[in-house]
This record gives sequence, C-alpha cells and structure tokens, in this order.
Amino acid sequence: MTDDHVYLTLAESDHEAEARWAYGTGFADPLLGVDTALAPDVDGADLSLYCQMLGDDALILSQRLIEWCTRAPELEEEVALANLGLDLLGQARLLLSRAGQADGSGRGEDDFAYWRPEHEFRNVRLVEVANGDFAFSVARLLLFATARGALYELLAGAPDPVLRAVAVRGAKELAYHQEYATAWTLRLGDGTAYSAERMQAGLDAVWPLLDELFTPHEVELRLGVDPTALREPVLAALAEVITEARLTVPTALPLARIGGRAGRDGVHTEALGPLLAEFQSVAREHPGATW
Amino acid sequence: MVITLPSAAEVAATVPDPELPMLTLADLGVLAGVEQQGEAVTVWLTPTYSGCPAVAEMAADVDTRLRKVGYVDVSVRLRLDPPWSTDLITAEGRRKLAEAGIAPPAAEHGVLRLGPTRLAVDCPQCGSADTEELSRFGSTACKALWRCRACREPFERMKEI
Repeated sequence: MTDDHVYLTLAESDHEAEARWAYGTGFADPLLGVDTALAPDVDGADLSLYCQMLGDDALILSQRLIEWCTRAPELEEEVALANLGLDLLGQARLLLSRAGQADGSGRGEDDFAYWRPEHEFRNVRLVEVANGDFAFSVARLLLFATARGALYELLAGAPDPVLRAVAVRGAKELAYHQEYATAWTLRLGDGTAYSAERMQAGLDAVWPLLDELFTPHEVELRLGVDPTALREPVLAALAEVITEARLTVPTALPLARIGGRAGRDGVHTEALGPLLAEFQSVAREHPGATW
Repeated sequence: MVITLPSAAEVAATVPDPELPMLTLADLGVLAGVEQQGEAVTVWLTPTYSGCPAVAEMAADVDTRLRKVGYVDVSVRLRLDPPWSTDLITAEGRRKLAEAGIAPPAAEHGVLRLGPTRLAVDCPQCGSADTEELSRFGSTACKALWRCRACREPFERMKEI
C-alpha cells in the first residue's frame, strides 16, 4: 500500500514533480501540456488583458474570502469560505497563466500575482473592498457569484479554448457559490429583525459596486463579449433571492467612476493597496526564493 | 533478451487518486487518455476542481508508476476541455466510494436557486434515506459533510459538479 499513499509517494519520489502548492516551491504549471495556440481571429494582447481582468477578480475575491479563516462565525462556514476561495484561486491560476501565454510575454501566474503594482490590477472594485461583517461578505458573494456564473455561461462559447474551459467548469463552481450565498441571504433576511437589518445593510453597501460588472470595457467588446447582456438576467435573479428573503432590492446608484475609469482600467479604491501589500509581501521580501 | 513492458494504459489505470486512494484515476474519470508510441508515453489528465491542489500529485504519481515499470520517456499533460464532471465517475468508482463510506454523487443533478438542498442521499453505512446535510463543504474541494439520522453516523458525500 506504500505507493498508494500520497505523502509517502512524494517522500520517495526522485523526480522533479514533487512540488507543494506555495510560493517558491515550483508548483506545477496549471496549463501543463495544454495546447496554447491562439485562435486565428483572436488578438493576443486583448485576450491577455481580458484573462487578467477575470483572473484578478477571482484572485482578489479569493484573498478576501480566505481572510475569514479563524474569523468566521462557525467552523463550517470557515471551511466553506475557504473552499469557495480555493475554487476562485484555481480559476485565477488558469486565467493568469493564460494571460502570460496570450501576450507572448511568457509571464507566469506568480509574475502577475506578486509583481504587478496596484494600477495594473484589472479587477472590479466589488471584489477588493474590505470584508465588513459576515452579511456584507455574503451580499458581495451573492452579487459576484450570480454575475460571474452568468458570464461564464456566456463564455462557454468563447473562441479561446482555455477561456472556454475555465468558463465551462467555472460556471458549475460559481453555481455552488451562488447557492451558498443564497442560502445565507435567506437565512439572515428571513431570520430575526436584527439579522434582516444586517443583511439589508450588507446588500445596500455592495449594491453600488454591482454595475461595474455590466459595464463593457473596450477589450471585452473587441473579443466579442458584451457584459451589458448580463444586466437584466442577473438583476432578475438577484431580485428573486432578495424578495424571497423578505428584504428590499436596493436602489443605490452605481459608485462613480474616476475620470471615466474604474477597476478594469486599474483605478481602484483605497482597499486594494493594503490587500496587495500583505498578499505580495513574502514574494517581494524574498524574490526568487525557493524551498 | 527482449523485455516487454506492461501496457502503459493498463499501468496508468492502476494509479490511485491521492485524496481518495480507494479509487483509481480511471475510476474517478480523471484519466483522459494514454498514448503510447513505442516506449514513449503521453498521459492526459483532466483536473477535477479548478483549484484542486491534488493535480500535481496525480501527475507525479502517474509519472512515478510508469517509470517504475520501466518507461523512461514519460510525459503527463493536462486536458481541460471537455471539463471533468462527477458524471465521469465510473460505476465501479461509485461502488468503491460507497464501500469506503463516502456517498457517491447523484448521477443527474440540477442547480437549485432557492432554499436548502433537497437531495435524496442514502447513508453509506446503513442505507437509510433519512439523512441531512451538515455543511456544503468538507475536507476537500469535492466533498460535503452529511449525517444519518437513523444510525447517527456522520459521513462524507461527493458533491455533484
């Protein structure tokens, strides 16, 4: 049975594939051996930027979710939030790896995650704002999972094979995230007067950040993806959940753009800087470190 | 003397999953293909969840197993499209899961939008259908935690994806 045990197999193996999953351990390329040719009518630079946009959304929200470790209301929720973060991190790894292939720069996932400055991150502002209370985090997750699941369904027809593969599998993962967020929205909204108040406050606080997910960027449009098509079905799905939870669909206006620019253009809220400072600290303190 | 190596496809099919060692990668539907040209072998794996950290171990295990039986030119590659789904778990894989106390995923499933899960899950210990979900998430990305109300045993259940 010795060979059937993963840790013993790793300890015994003498090949180079015994990497652990952490910075500096040479963890395997998530696109190992995948055909990386670009479809003929796809612009590599555009595809790279779009993969960074979606990859950064997943990476930054993953980081926010795992901040709940040791702080969640119950152990089960901690495990749940870490699991959701893991799904998103997996999507981010594939998308950022694809970004480095598509633009021909050869940058790997670590180059994108640890070595870009804040203004080169392309995530929407929804994913970067601080966690707030549990209801706020649930509200954010509900909005993101509903919208991203819908986008991934749209991207199941994308011309790029890697983007398509991420989208097809990601849509299933996001449906699970959406179910989790829905269950908590119902439980808090339809719970006590106090839990309903907190859940409503969470929804009200994240609502201005929703619109950015439906605002097309020129890069997406050139790739034939128009997120404005998501607005109506996503709003309908959210309204269904919020109404079922006996809460009120917020009417807050979208958060203003800065000189017409927002997260997709690298313009962020003050919340992203501190997140990146912590997230990138080990890699920047020990550049090129291996262990 | 001519040494005949065992078929690479047969060897690859015996490699166990790192996190569910009672199943082989073939049972789990992760082994997407084996191509053998003379002594050169290429094995294709389809990872389960996007963030499944076991992929590197799977690739390493396949590589080790093939080298142990004598293959020198081994390459393990990932295939993302079509994506993995629990529907790819074989009947044998489902049987082994249940035998190990892990409720296998339902063969067909739909996405629920509202309300708690109402799946009919039989307890892998006593077979009772009187079970409840404790948490939608478990020790690995692919499992949820359940409990049987009849025999009071907790058990894991593989999530549908």
